[in-house]
Amino acid sequence: MAGKARAARRAAGPQWTPEQVVELAVAHDLAELEIESMGLRVRVVRGHAPVTVAAPPAAVPASLSQPEAAGQAAELVPGGIIIEAPMVGTFYRATNPEATPFVSEGDTVKEGQTLCIIEAMKLMNEIESKVAGRVVKILVENAQPVEFGQPLFLVEPRR
Amino acid sequence: MFHKILIANRGEIALRVLRTCREMGIRTVVAHSQADTGSLPVRLADESICIGPPEPRQSYLNIPSIISAASITDSEAIHPGYGLLSENAAFAEICRACGIAFIGPAPEAIRLMGDKAQARAMAKQAGAPVVPGSEGPLEGVDEAQELADAIGYPVIVKAAAGGGGRGMRIVRARAMLAQAFATCQAEAAQAFGSSELYLEKFVEEARHVEVQVLGDRNGIRVHLGERDCTVQRRHQKLLEESPACAISDETRAGLYKAALTVANAVNYVSAGTVEFLVAGDGSFYFMEMNTRIQVEHPVTEMLTGIDIVREQVRIASGEPLGYKQKEVEFRGHAIECRVNAEDPEHFVPSPGTVTAWLPPGGPGVRVDSHMMPGAVVTPHYDSLIAKIIVHGRDRTEAISRMYRALTETVVEGVKTTIPYHLKLLADPAFLSGDHTLPRLEAGP
Repeated sequence: MAGKARAARRAAGPQWTPEQVVELAVAHDLAELEIESMGLRVRVVRGHAPVTVAAPPAAVPASLSQPEAAGQAAELVPGGIIIEAPMVGTFYRATNPEATPFVSEGDTVKEGQTLCIIEAMKLMNEIESKVAGRVVKILVENAQPVEFGQPLFLVEPRR
Repeated sequence: MFHKILIANRGEIALRVLRTCREMGIRTVVAHSQADTGSLPVRLADESICIGPPEPRQSYLNIPSIISAASITDSEAIHPGYGLLSENAAFAEICRACGIAFIGPAPEAIRLMGDKAQARAMAKQAGAPVVPGSEGPLEGVDEAQELADAIGYPVIVKAAAGGGGRGMRIVRARAMLAQAFATCQAEAAQAFGSSELYLEKFVEEARHVEVQVLGDRNGIRVHLGERDCTVQRRHQKLLEESPACAISDETRAGLYKAALTVANAVNYVSAGTVEFLVAGDGSFYFMEMNTRIQVEHPVTEMLTGIDIVREQVRIASGEPLGYKQKEVEFRGHAIECRVNAEDPEHFVPSPGTVTAWLPPGGPGVRVDSHMMPGAVVTPHYDSLIAKIIVHGRDRTEAISRMYRALTETVVEGVKTTIPYHLKLLADPAFLSGDHTLPRLEAGP
């Protein structure tokens, strides 16, 4: 990419037209030029980008807050539902290491169907699906500790 | 020594325990509710684990969740702080059964001291003075009159299930007893669902003085001096100091001896506090023993230089105390003010978000607080937001230091009890040390 030069000018002088700004940028061989005056901001980016004209306050893209992994996953599936851990404990996908997991990604589940077990104080608590639908993603590895409220499954409800 | 400790508490005491653990090179896990996810102890902990929703019953009081959290984080011990599960004998027993060290006394001692009638009987048997009164609930007004005649007026009639000043009456003469008894009975039945009443001698011009004790597993016990907690409102301590200024050296020595007598009688291990009522004439009576670290423990730490939380951890891991009574030194005077997020006039809680927080500093000032700008004081938990503790060469220096520290403290966003404390520190009765426990404020 070409060396980026940038110039900005704030003045109470005459109104700049976009054409004038482009001319100025070309004349000085600038990659980018932004001029703001009399309530109008003109920004020129040379190369592939088009000339943009915007009235202040400029539409600066808001810094996106970092969504949590589960939040991101839920966004991928419109209407996706997160099944959270209702207690602290150890997450198990099956009754024992040899057994078939209760569910796998892609499985269809009924409301009330057991999704996993959380072991707390040697008690095996079966965690049920609160909706009928398809298991899109399992968010925790088998035999991992989970805390209260931790997302476990992403389920796409049946419509 | 432990490698990892789970802290089953919140707020300033969670932070207090965490600080000592860090100094001892022990990793910390803070078990917290959803309401405390962004709290200072959670941020400073080596690990944190959410154990439930904001309601204490489902998080900080949820024994299976806490044990489970200790287990999945490989914590070897649990520090319960104060309040919450700290004096729950069943919790201490479950910890023991699960092979997790409970940083506190044995469940047997917690259970015994938790039953006021049993604790009183035990103290009496061991030779510690107790307030003369009924041994069990009174049968009726005749028994009350007989007993009152025997111990002498004034007496106080109390609901067995009572607290907070309700279901209590002071009776100064025989003629008043029958009516007070009937009123108390009705009040107790309505407020507590039980009309059982006790009667005991009313101690005039009483002060609340408590003695800090430490015991190890080898049966070595020492006291760390006393704390005067006479400044109270509705049985809530608001300021504590040490040494107690209004008692003679003879009374002081008697209190120490009685406190160790009680602790020895239950083979007490860990830190504990024996509370006494001290009368104007210097006589004193055992009230109860608190089997946990107390909110006001920093007062003693300032005076002795002993880190009580560190001693609790050492003792729980099996280490001996390693020092004798005569090696415990007391230096100067210390005062603690409990800053609550409360209206200073009416003492109603003032929850909210703390928008600005500037703790005091300078010589002889210690602040134990989990506050920071943005900290949320929720209605789910108690309203203590900071403990400000000062140390001075004598009481006068400590009082002026406290006054100075409180005036430079900034808390915005919630109301605090600081204006109350400033008024108190200028009160002639407090300055002279002549103040006594408030009488029944919640009377008719």
